[in-house]
Amino acid sequence: MTRMDESLGPSGAAGGSRAWRATLLTLGIFAAVAPAFLLESFQLFQLTMAVIMALAVLGLNIVTGYNGQISLGHGAFFAVGAYVTAILMSHFDWSFWATLPVAALVCAAVGYGVGFPALRLGGLYLALTTFSLAVAVPQILKHKALEDWTGGVQGLFLVKPDPPFGLAVTPDQWMYLSVVAVAALCFWGTWNLVHSRIGRALMAIRDNPTAAQAMGMDISALKTKTFAASAMVTGIAGALSAVAIEFVAPDSFTFGVSITLFVGMVVGGVASILGSLFGGLFVLFVPNIAEAISKAAPGVIYGVILILFLFLLPGGFAGLLRQIAARLTRRRP
Amino acid sequence: MALLEVQDIVIRFGGVVAVGGVSFTVEDGQICGLIGPNGAGKTTTFNCISGIYRPNEGRIRFAGQDITAAPRHAMVGLGIGRTFQNLALFRSMSVWENVLTGAHADGRAGFIASALAAPAVRAEARAAEARARELLTLLDLEKVAGQPVSALPFGWQKRVEMARALIARPKLLLLDEPAGGLNHGEVDELAELLVRIRREFALAILLVEHHMSLVMRVSDKVVALDFGRKIAEGTPAEVRADPEVIRAYLGDGQGTPHAA
Repeated sequence: MTRMDESLGPSGAAGGSRAWRATLLTLGIFAAVAPAFLLESFQLFQLTMAVIMALAVLGLNIVTGYNGQISLGHGAFFAVGAYVTAILMSHFDWSFWATLPVAALVCAAVGYGVGFPALRLGGLYLALTTFSLAVAVPQILKHKALEDWTGGVQGLFLVKPDPPFGLAVTPDQWMYLSVVAVAALCFWGTWNLVHSRIGRALMAIRDNPTAAQAMGMDISALKTKTFAASAMVTGIAGALSAVAIEFVAPDSFTFGVSITLFVGMVVGGVASILGSLFGGLFVLFVPNIAEAISKAAPGVIYGVILILFLFLLPGGFAGLLRQIAARLTRRRP
Repeated sequence: MALLEVQDIVIRFGGVVAVGGVSFTVEDGQICGLIGPNGAGKTTTFNCISGIYRPNEGRIRFAGQDITAAPRHAMVGLGIGRTFQNLALFRSMSVWENVLTGAHADGRAGFIASALAAPAVRAEARAAEARARELLTLLDLEKVAGQPVSALPFGWQKRVEMARALIARPKLLLLDEPAGGLNHGEVDELAELLVRIRREFALAILLVEHHMSLVMRVSDKVVALDFGRKIAEGTPAEVRADPEVIRAYLGDGQGTPHAA
C-alpha cells in the first residue's frame, strides 16, 4: 500500500486539458470496441473473460487496495454473483440484463454481512475469515438442500443473449461489447468513488485509523459499506462470467479464484484502478502463455513469470505507469 | 457559559490514577495552555477531551452539550479539531489530499452519490477544495501541495496537520505539543501562527505543551497539572509565580520554571 496513484492536484487537473482527455477517451473506446471485429471467436471469448477478471480484481482492490482490509475470499462473491444470474435465467427465464442489478444487490448484501465481522478482525485474521468463506462456498453450492436451485454438482447451463434490434453482430461479439460496457461503467464509478470524499476516507482509514476518526470518519460504517461495494463489483463480474461461459458449476468457484484475484491485484498494482485492468489481462493470459511454453509443468512457468514480474516491477503495472508519468512530467519545461 | 467545561474528571488505568479530579474551563476565543512535568496527566486529559479515553468519573461539556460519552468520530462534527503529538498524517497521500480529508465531517456525499459523481457531490467537493486552497496559502504550503506528505520536513508536516484540522472550522482546536521537534525559529513562527489562527478563525485553542516560553507567550490562561491534579490556574504571570508550580518543576529549590 504505497503511494496513491492518479492523484488530483490542487487545480484538479488530472490528465491535462479537456481536449487531451477527449482524445484519450475516443482512443479508449476505439481500443475497447475494435477487438470485437478483429479477433476470432475463441480469442474474443478469452478477452471477454479477461475484462471480467479485471472487473473482479477491481472489486477486490476497493476493499484491499484502497481500504487495507485483506480479503482472500473474493471468489465467494464472484460465485454468488454468477449463481444469482444463473438461477434467475435458468429457473425464471429472466433476461440477462435484468439479473445484473439483482446479482449486484445480493452481493452487496452478502458483502455487508461479511463486513461486520471484518470490523473486529484486523489484518491476518480477516484474511483467514474470508479464506474460510471462499472454501465454504463451493460446498454450500453443492449441498442437497440447494440442489433444486443450484443444480448441485452438475451446475446450470445458460444461453448467451441474442443481440437486440437485429444488430449485425454475433452473440459472442454482443457478449463482449456488453461486458465491456458494464465493466466501463463500473470502472468509471469506482474512479469517481476513489477520488471523492469517501475514497479519501477509505485511504485515510488504511493509513492511520486514529487520525481518520479524528477527521470524523466512522470507521465501522465505512469499512462495512466498503466491503459491500467491493463485493458488489466482484459479484457483477461473476454474473457476467456465468453468461459469457454459459455455464456455472461449484467446481468453477474453488478457492483458487480468490487467489487468482489476489494475484491480479498485486501484479496490476495495489490501490490502482488502471492496474486492475492489467491484472485481469495478466491472470487470464499468462497461464495460457505458460501452458504454451511447457505442457508438462505450466504451473512452474507461471510461477517463474510471476516472480520475474514482481522482481522487475515491484509496484505492479501501476508502479511502472507511475514511474513513466513521473519521468514525463519532469522532462516537461 | 464556557465553551469547554471539564468537571472533576478521574481517569484510572488499572489501579493507577492518571488523572484524579481535574476541572477547568476554556472560554470562546481563548488560548489555554495545559502544562505540567512528565507524567502529570496532560496528555491523558487531552485524550479524554478528544474522546480517545473515557473518564471513569466526571463530565466534559462542550458548548453546553455533554460530550463525555460521544464517540471519537463525532468530535470534529461538534466543533473540536485536533493535531497529534507525533504526527498522524495519511502517509500515502499528498499534502493536498491530507488537507482535504479534514473536510470529511462537513461532507454529506455517500458511496452511491460519490460513485455517480452527482452534481451535488461535485459542488461539495469544489467548496472543500476552495477552503483547502485558502489554508494552503495561510500556512505557506501551496508550493508543496502535490508532494507526498511523507517527503516533507517535520516542521512542514506539522503545518499540514494544522491545515487538516482547520479546514473543518473547529470552535476549539486541541494541539498536542505543537512545538515538539521544532527549532527556535520555527517555534517563534508557531507562536505567531497560533495568535493569527485564533484571530482569523475565531476559535479557542487548548495547548498541551512542554515548551514553556511558547505557552507563556501565547496563552491567555494557563492550567498547571502535577501527579494528575490541578496545582494552579490563572494568567501566565500568575502561574509562573505560583510556588506549587515552581516546586513541581524544580523540586523544593528556588527559581523560575523554564523549558522542560
